[in-house]
Amino acid sequence: MLFNYLPIVVFLVIAGAIALLMVGGSLLAAPQRPYAEKLSAYECGFEPFDDARRRFDVRFYLVAILFIIFDLEVAFLFPWAISLGSIGMFGFLSMVGFLAVLTVGFIYEWCKGALDWE
Amino acid sequence: MIADIAFYIFAAVLLISAAMVVSARNPVHSVLFLILAFFNAAGLFLLAGAEFLAMILVIVYVGAVAVLFLFVVMMLDVNFARLREGFQRYAPVGATVGVVLLAELALVLGGWKFAPEAATLRLAPRPDQVQNTAALGALLYTRYILLFQMAGLVLLVAMVGAIVLSLRDRHDARRQDINRQQSRRVADTLELVRAPLGAGIASLGIYRPITAPAAADGQAPPGSDNPEVHAPAPPAEVH
Repeated sequence: MLFNYLPIVVFLVIAGAIALLMVGGSLLAAPQRPYAEKLSAYECGFEPFDDARRRFDVRFYLVAILFIIFDLEVAFLFPWAISLGSIGMFGFLSMVGFLAVLTVGFIYEWCKGALDWE
Repeated sequence: MIADIAFYIFAAVLLISAAMVVSARNPVHSVLFLILAFFNAAGLFLLAGAEFLAMILVIVYVGAVAVLFLFVVMMLDVNFARLREGFQRYAPVGATVGVVLLAELALVLGGWKFAPEAATLRLAPRPDQVQNTAALGALLYTRYILLFQMAGLVLLVAMVGAIVLSLRDRHDARRQDINRQQSRRVADTLELVRAPLGAGIASLGIYRPITAPAAADGQAPPGSDNPEVHAPAPPAEVH
């Protein structure tokens, strides 16, 4: 069972090796002559004007929350799709009810304009 | 053998990164360690045979929840120096809460009893011919239908609550109205005018922006063969 994941491990090892090779290669092969000006932070050639931590619109957060909710809804669909042959009509209608409840929420958010961007 | 080694690696990295979540000075580093902890927990789920949970952990927690945390931590106006300056003042309250929580945990763990069947159930082998996800699906939608529908209701409440709490209607904002865009005609925005030679369209009584397209039409001289002037009309304004 676990040997099915061997390709993933191989991919991870190869990806890590390539990343290490690139960073380590540039560390070893390229000349490193840092000085204060070269290491200083800059923003399009200027000194940074401001801190990056600033307040932002709460609507970004709303979009993220709605994304998580629909993400979870999709997560419920996977086992249902696999076992649809064995759970019969009752299981099918069960998922229809679940989706109907969430569609009510979707219509609500559509009508409230939560998905619009202005 | 390999599974044992993988278990200890995953468990060790999980514990270390969980400790770093609490002890890292920078909240952004905390969230990144949290993501690492999620990945290792997914690895432990895989080793325990719960493949569906492992993948859901990666998709939902790493893909959505942790990114949301990172997003909030990086974007909110968090002043670390200001956060720390009240430490001395609030330390007794925090310590009290911690001690109470610890006592409760000790009570719960002290009263922990194993069911008599638990030891034998744990030794029972997993059925290898049933897929993990299929086993979940066989039970979740029929036998546990009440819990499943309640999960749907909880998601609905979360959706409505997020909208009610954070959606404000702004009157000064310009929204895109696709219906209005599609139903716009050429005649509403573009007008062909014959202008006399050597004179601007101002002599025809047309000033930009055009207020009334119908008024300019009648004033054009009928016999002149002057080039046509395209007058793009900005949104109608009263002046």
